[in-house]
Amino acid sequence: MYCKIDNPAAMAGAMYLTAWQAKSTESKRMKYLKQFLIIIAVTFVGELLKYMIPLPIPASIYGLLIMFILLVTKLLPLHMVKETGDFLVKIMPVMFIPAAAGLIVIWTDIKGIWLSLIVITVVTTILVMAVSGKVTQAIIRRSRTK
Amino acid sequence: MNLVIANSAYIGVFLTLGAYFAGVLLQKKCRLAIFNPLMIGIVLVIAVLLMGRIDYDVYSESANYISYLLTPATVCLAIPLYQQIESLKKNWIAIFAGITSGVLASLGSVLGLCLLFGFTHEQYVTLLPKSITTAIGMGISDELGGIVTITVAVIIITGLIGNILAENICRLFKIDEPIAKGIAIGTSSHAMGTAKAIEIGEIEGAMSSLSIAVSGLITVVGAMIFANFM
Repeated sequence: MYCKIDNPAAMAGAMYLTAWQAKSTESKRMKYLKQFLIIIAVTFVGELLKYMIPLPIPASIYGLLIMFILLVTKLLPLHMVKETGDFLVKIMPVMFIPAAAGLIVIWTDIKGIWLSLIVITVVTTILVMAVSGKVTQAIIRRSRTK
Repeated sequence: MNLVIANSAYIGVFLTLGAYFAGVLLQKKCRLAIFNPLMIGIVLVIAVLLMGRIDYDVYSESANYISYLLTPATVCLAIPLYQQIESLKKNWIAIFAGITSGVLASLGSVLGLCLLFGFTHEQYVTLLPKSITTAIGMGISDELGGIVTITVAVIIITGLIGNILAENICRLFKIDEPIAKGIAIGTSSHAMGTAKAIEIGEIEGAMSSLSIAVSGLITVVGAMIFANFM
């Protein structure tokens, strides 16, 4: 509990060292907190827009657009959101599990038509992926050969 | 024991993270598309809830702290997109044409299949927003008089299929241009597919992120028009 240093000068030296160490890590610690603050602030503005604009567009999409505009106009330098933003994006898959596990509650509603739902979902998903990918690829390649 | 579980603030978070990591480990052992960490995670959570007779509400009350981060995480998809702004500027015609064609393919194929299966108008509008992000999809379904819970189910299943099959489908249809891959994944299977696109590559992830927003917005208008066709 108590410091074992009797010599006041050595104690002052030890305190100075701790303070110096704390200072060098402080900017790092604050960096992540500051990044999180900015991300949450943008999300909050997105939420406000959602309440003010009567369209079925969620806060996340408004927030994404605002964040993109801020970055493009350089009003917000990339380094002020980068690490925390990358972290959130990388752990995103986990965030879908709770809602997806909710399928056990929704199950009673889809019991009767589940097979046709699966067929429609599989077919349309594959079709949309093929069409959008092929169209994009064809136009990119055509502009390249010009 | 049941009382402990019902009152635990951490059981849902623990179960969610644990199930996902079990999926990650399983995928490392067997490199098959079906051993997808997201898919395994969902199946494991459902299995534990059913076998332990744990109410979904008990689980979700705690697990919601994880879902809570989904909105800020989606906002942060702007970061990879910003980092690829040069290729966005250079290929914007191809990108927007690709996304628009994908949205039309989605709405058109839902129309065709609903006619084929003899679905009602209510079921049809429920399925119309199936390819886009949950929050927009729910809004559209509600607006058009669909059954919102089923819309959510179909959107999740779509995302899961996209996440699992993305690489195989792109290979099958010879979509190998990174930008085209990203657009294909994001337009067909929203944020859940995008999670996979980010794993594939930076350009794929950025383009998939862009597709979530753009296809969602185009679908708002497109679904209103398509709702009149059946």
